This record gives sequence, structure tokens and C-alpha cells, in this order.
Amino acid sequence: MAKRELIKRRLIEIAHARSGDKGDLVNIGLIARKPEDYPILVREVTADRVKQHFAGVCQGKVERFELPNLGALNFLLHQALDGGGTMALKADPQGKTYSTALLRMEIDVD
Amino acid sequence: MIRIANGQGFWGDSLEAPVEQIRRGPIDYLTLDYLAEVTMSILQKQRMRDPKAGYARDFVDLIARVLPDLKDRRIRVIANAGGINPMGCRDAVLNTALRQGITLKVATVTGDDITDRLDQFLKRGIEFKNMDTGEPLAAIRAQVERANVYFGAFPVAEALGLGAEIVITGRVADAALALGPMIHEFGWKETDWDKLTAGIVAGHAIECGAQVTGGNCQVDWETIPDLADIGYPIVEAEPDGTFSVTKHAGTGGRVTVASVKEQLLYEIGDPTQYITPDCVADFTTVHLDQAGENRVRFSGIEGRPATNYYKVSISYTAGYKAMGSLVYTWPDAYRKARAADQILRQRLTRLGLRFDEIRTEFLGANACHGIPTAEPSPQIEPHLPEVVLRVGVRSENRAAVDRFTREIAPLVLNGPPGVSGLGLGRPRVEEIVAFWPALIPKSEVRPEVAIWPSAS
Repeated sequence: MAKRELIKRRLIEIAHARSGDKGDLVNIGLIARKPEDYPILVREVTADRVKQHFAGVCQGKVERFELPNLGALNFLLHQALDGGGTMALKADPQGKTYSTALLRMEIDVD
Repeated sequence: MIRIANGQGFWGDSLEAPVEQIRRGPIDYLTLDYLAEVTMSILQKQRMRDPKAGYARDFVDLIARVLPDLKDRRIRVIANAGGINPMGCRDAVLNTALRQGITLKVATVTGDDITDRLDQFLKRGIEFKNMDTGEPLAAIRAQVERANVYFGAFPVAEALGLGAEIVITGRVADAALALGPMIHEFGWKETDWDKLTAGIVAGHAIECGAQVTGGNCQVDWETIPDLADIGYPIVEAEPDGTFSVTKHAGTGGRVTVASVKEQLLYEIGDPTQYITPDCVADFTTVHLDQAGENRVRFSGIEGRPATNYYKVSISYTAGYKAMGSLVYTWPDAYRKARAADQILRQRLTRLGLRFDEIRTEFLGANACHGIPTAEPSPQIEPHLPEVVLRVGVRSENRAAVDRFTREIAPLVLNGPPGVSGLGLGRPRVEEIVAFWPALIPKSEVRPEVAIWPSAS
């Protein structure tokens, strides 16, 4: 059996995303560009990895939800907006750019 | 089939979009979403200065502009433009019609404003616990500005049933603005959970305007045609709960399965439990097909019974904030900005000013995507042509925040070199209005629907 070759790629090559806020919480919808790549997202982009990726930004837990019908994952980042919306002093107080920040993540692809 | 168009994703969205939706092709209903949480507080401040204010003025200006078109084309409008003064909005719209010599039936949906009844509810044991933190409202009761219940789509449908050509609401769930006409036209019942959910999913798809038709879309963004003339979304709804999202022919933008997926995932939590006043939607049941150019068909949608609660949004004052910015240039742009931040912080300390938070960001180096505490990479850092230093402070003490705003400009002459003030002048002190999400049993409040001119 041939050995499985894994190569490092950035998430942006196989996925797109959109993020937004609810209070001090950010949600990031991560969508496979091709439906056949959805299992790679499920395998590689775990809640733990997303928590690590946003170290120093997300102070709380990260939850992950699966939407196989859309080939997508939804992440909830708790305590990730510096108090939330109107309290935040950030340049991005609504977490709109967390989507592209996630797409920088490097993952292993077959 | 009915066509429901959205022409406004938030207050401040394109002034031309609703006009284009009316004039560039067939629609039956136009929905306009003006109310973000923060909007209610802005409206409150306006009403304190002028008792006749407190609603979305832009909406009245729009009606003045398009009223003859609405009548000619028999388009009915549903807008949450009422804000904290729906009756004031109604008067302004009726006066506009009167001035143009046009007869117009306007309905209002009110009863969402429970600000004056909060203490009564608290006394009866409704705690308005914060949905995120579990804290009871008592913790911030003295700072509360407003409390508004999010109503659902049935009062909107009732208003349409009374013959309203324009429905003005206070707080109604954004997605319910689109579900209202479906209930009215198709006779859906309060227990038609799958159909109601389909309407909510349709409403969610179009409630942020062009964000579903190619705006803010990451897939092949550079090839999306003519964003300057981007078409806003239209739902073509069927009585069985299936629908398509499209836009007027000849407009810019792009409606694809990819653009729709991005919007469906926008601002949702657990996708199997998207709670609305009318139903609990399950987004994992949505099936999408590219049914033609700029047309995505939705089917298979299922939902569950609504809960016994309405959501309440309670706004409260939470101190003051200000943000100041300076731009530092090559050479050493990042190091200069970092040094200026240190100098600024030392001066604030020396002045004895205390803040709940001081936040520094280096725009161009690591503000949006970096780890806030990490340095930019040594390969990039020496070559950065410029870096914007952005410092924000927050405090209960307005005087401290005000003093901070005087400490930015001096740095141009008495700090690191090669710096510009960005031409922004002295930063503005802003009062912070924060939000407290809570629940109230549905039995405690009732939407009130009325038609004007009232039947005599």
C-alpha cells in the first residue's frame, strides 16, 4: 500500500469563510470550496486547533458545529471580542476579519 | 409565487438600493431593516433632544422619494423604521403622503418597548438574567436605557391583513420582516413549523442586503461583476415553503451557492437551534441548488416549535471610550509606533490617569490577524512602509478619557520622528452603550397592531 503523502497548505486554498459578532462572541462559518474537501475540514480544523490559532484573542472556549449539508463548519469563539461590540477598543470590534484570519491556518492535505 | 425584496441591511446602508429594488424589476414586497442593537440607543439620544424624533429619518425621506412608484406598482413595504417612536414615524409618513396628495394606509406594530414596565416585571420575579453570563439584571438596573422585545412575523402578517400598504414596526426579529408577507399570502399557521422555518431562513438570507449577492464574498471576489451597481436580494417564495434567492436582471454582483452559504452562516450559533420568535430553525436541513444564473433554490427546510419566550434586548450605559491614531513611516515604522505607545502610556501614568483598559494596535503590522502580543516577523518588519499606531482607552471616568484625547497630537512634535496625525483631529469621547440579552415569557407581552388612518 502506498504511503499517504501529506502536504501543508493554507486553509484559504480549499475553503472560504464569513465571521460576525453576538455580544462578546464571534462566529466563523468555514465552507469547503469543493464538497469533497469537507472531510478534510472536519479532520483538520478542530475546535482545539482554532482555539490555538486565536491564542491571545479568544479568552474563552471554542465550540464547533457541523453542517454537512453545506459542506461547512461553524465555530463559536467565546470571550473573543474584548467585551463585545460597543465595549471593544479594537480596530475590528465586530470580528469581521476573523474569517480571513482563520483562512491563514496551515493544514495537512492528502 | 411572491417576490420579497430587501433594500436595506442596516441603518446606514445604501440610500439607492431600495429605490433600485422598486424600479428595476418586479417585486411585491420590500423589506427594510434599519435596527441594529446600537441603533436603538442612537435613536434614544435623538429623541431626548427632540420628542418627535426616535425613528429612522432615512425611511421617511425614502417614502417621499418613491411613494408614487409604490402606488403604481402596488408594492407593499415592511420596515422596522419605527425604532423607539413608531407613532412618530407613522405621522411623518402619513404627512408625506398628504403633502403629495396620495391616500395611503399605514399600519404600526408596537408593544415591544417595555422600558417603563421593567421594574414591574422585576417585582414579579422576572429576573432578565443575562443569557451569556447568567447575571440578574439588578446588577446594572440603574444604568438601563431601554428594553425592547423582539416580536415575530405574525403581527406583520396581521398588519398586511388589515390592508396596510406600509407596515412600520418597532423591534421585530430581522428575519421576520420577510416571513410576515409569506404568512399573509399563503395562510401559514402558527404550527406550520417547517414552512415558518423556511420563511425565517429566507429572511436570514436577505436581511443583510448585498452580503448574499456578492458583497463581502470571498470566492473569486475579483471576478464578481460590477459591484458598483450591485443588485440587492430578492426572495421568490412558494406556498409550499420552497424559495429562490435572486436579484434583478441587469444588476451587478453574483448569486451563487457559495455567496448564499457565506450569508447563511453569518451571525448564527448552534445551526440546529436557530431560535426565533416564530420557530426554531435547523440550518442543517437546508438544501441549496444553483437553479440558474444568479439564482439559488432552497428546499428541504425543517424546523421545530417555537419556545415560550421572547428575546429582550436591554441597553445600558457602561462608561466612556476614545480611540486615537498616528501613522509612523519607514525607516523603523513599527519600532517608532511601539516607542510612541510606550511614551504615551508613561505620560498617562504620570498624569495619574487610570483606565479599565488601554489597548494598543499596530495597523499594518499585526492588528487584525496577528497575535496581539506577538511582534511582526523579522523578514517583514524592517520593510514596512508605514504603521498606524491606534490606542484606545475605556473608563467610567469621562474626565480621564477626555484627558487622554489631548495626549495624542503632541506626540507628532515631541515623540519619535516621521509621523503624521492622519488629519483626524482630536479623538472624540464616546459614551458606551452596552447590551444585555435576556428572555421574557411570551404571556407577559402582546404585540399591538393598528391601521391608520384608523377606521372610524
